[in-house]
Amino acid sequence: MIALRQAARLPESATRFPARHVFERNVLSYRRLWLVFVAGFIEPVFYLLGLGVGLGQLVGQVEVDGMSVEYAAYVAPGLIASSAMNAAVFDSTFNFFYKLKYAKTFDAMLVTPLRLGDVVSGEVAWSMTRSGIYAAIFLGIATILGLVESWWALLTIPAALLIGIAFSAVGTALTSFMRSWHDFDYIQLGLQPLFLASTTFFPLSVYPGWAEPLVQATPLYHGVTLCRNLAFGAQGWGDLWHVGYFVAMAALGVAFTKGRLRTLLMD
Amino acid sequence: MKMVSTVSPLTEGTLSIFGRSPDREGREIRQRMGVVPQEDNLDQELTVKENLVIYARYFGLSWSAAKARADELLEFAQLADRADAKVDPLSGGMKRRLTIARSLVNEPELVLLDEPTTGLDPQARHLLWERLYRLKEQGVTLLLTTHYMDEAEQLSDRLLVMDQGKIVAVGSPTELIAEHVTKEVLELRFVDGTPTELNALGHRTEQLPDRVLVYVDDGDAALSHMYNEGVHPTGSLIRRATLEDVFLALTGRSLNE
Repeated sequence: MIALRQAARLPESATRFPARHVFERNVLSYRRLWLVFVAGFIEPVFYLLGLGVGLGQLVGQVEVDGMSVEYAAYVAPGLIASSAMNAAVFDSTFNFFYKLKYAKTFDAMLVTPLRLGDVVSGEVAWSMTRSGIYAAIFLGIATILGLVESWWALLTIPAALLIGIAFSAVGTALTSFMRSWHDFDYIQLGLQPLFLASTTFFPLSVYPGWAEPLVQATPLYHGVTLCRNLAFGAQGWGDLWHVGYFVAMAALGVAFTKGRLRTLLMD
Repeated sequence: MKMVSTVSPLTEGTLSIFGRSPDREGREIRQRMGVVPQEDNLDQELTVKENLVIYARYFGLSWSAAKARADELLEFAQLADRADAKVDPLSGGMKRRLTIARSLVNEPELVLLDEPTTGLDPQARHLLWERLYRLKEQGVTLLLTTHYMDEAEQLSDRLLVMDQGKIVAVGSPTELIAEHVTKEVLELRFVDGTPTELNALGHRTEQLPDRVLVYVDDGDAALSHMYNEGVHPTGSLIRRATLEDVFLALTGRSLNE
């Protein structure tokens, strides 16, 4: 009745990139939650309309790299970066915690040929993709509103993927230390100042001298600056510094998450 | 269980599964093994069928093979009519059946079951036992832990009794009964104290707060012998000795906590 060992149907060895099956699981689970998925990119759109367009009426033109642009066009790339961050953080904290502590999704995965590294990579890749999708939708909206000046702006999407992987790797690492849902208040507490103090709404030169290095140390600053430079075609070799910042964040985050999950799930 | 499923590293000793080392060939071992954990960890965000399909994907089956396998297993687990339902509203028995079905997606040679029927009602347990028996008939090795001695008696060919992490007995259910207890047990109740004549009656007597157990080869003979001796209990019961008696004889009656 229930056939056993039909060797032809089973792969002899593990498939290539088993992490993709972890990714597929998330696609399946979000098929019915598309409304939740869509809701995620609405917030930055509100900021764009409220602050960028609304407040922009008072602010008028601003200077970027010697160009004079509308305030909304100045804000838009910053919001691409922050929507990439929001997507990645949401997925790698709340959702990751639920799967880790309540649903025991990872315990179920680890008794299959999947390894810990596959689980972490699959999860981070999913959050990263979500960041990319949000950024792309946001870029579309900004383009329709006439706020995109250069073809280079398309490169904000890979930039968003990079921001996504970095925030998601650090997000999962932090989440592995969470004890209960109450701890997530700290995440909210951390995100708000990151968002406001990231040069999304005003340039670094506005800050007092002593605060500049502080802002420059925060991750979203690098995301906003990278996206803004790309959006206006003002990128240069200096931007590799931002890329390096995110690569380091991602590498450290993934390594840390793997170590923590090994302790939590495998001992 | 976590070590045998190659999730946790060994704390001591050696372990070899399918002749392979869990340290170095965990993935290859898990490819041929199914695991039914004690705690249901079905995917609440997916439907019944999706649970099986995605699990088959974890084992590297193609989408079409995974779907075909899921349909087969839904039949096996008597869940075909719930294929598109969410997992959460399922009854405990259905969830267990789904978890067992999930452990079979890769057509495993060995299935680990950690207390598979804990918390289930009798009907659900019997259905589960019947399905597990069928798997065994097809040549799948089942490695099962349980606190239920009737379950161990139903399902196991070879049984290993553990107490405080130590193996205290190994054998088939009938061997263990023959070796550690008698064929039958006489359960007697007395109103005013247990008479001393009982000690000569069987191989062993055991005084419990509410009754006395006498371990005998032939319950009827022992009972009539006792009446001839003039001993009259207020209640008596002859029953077959079970694995539960073996377990209690080996591990004692005090709570191991």
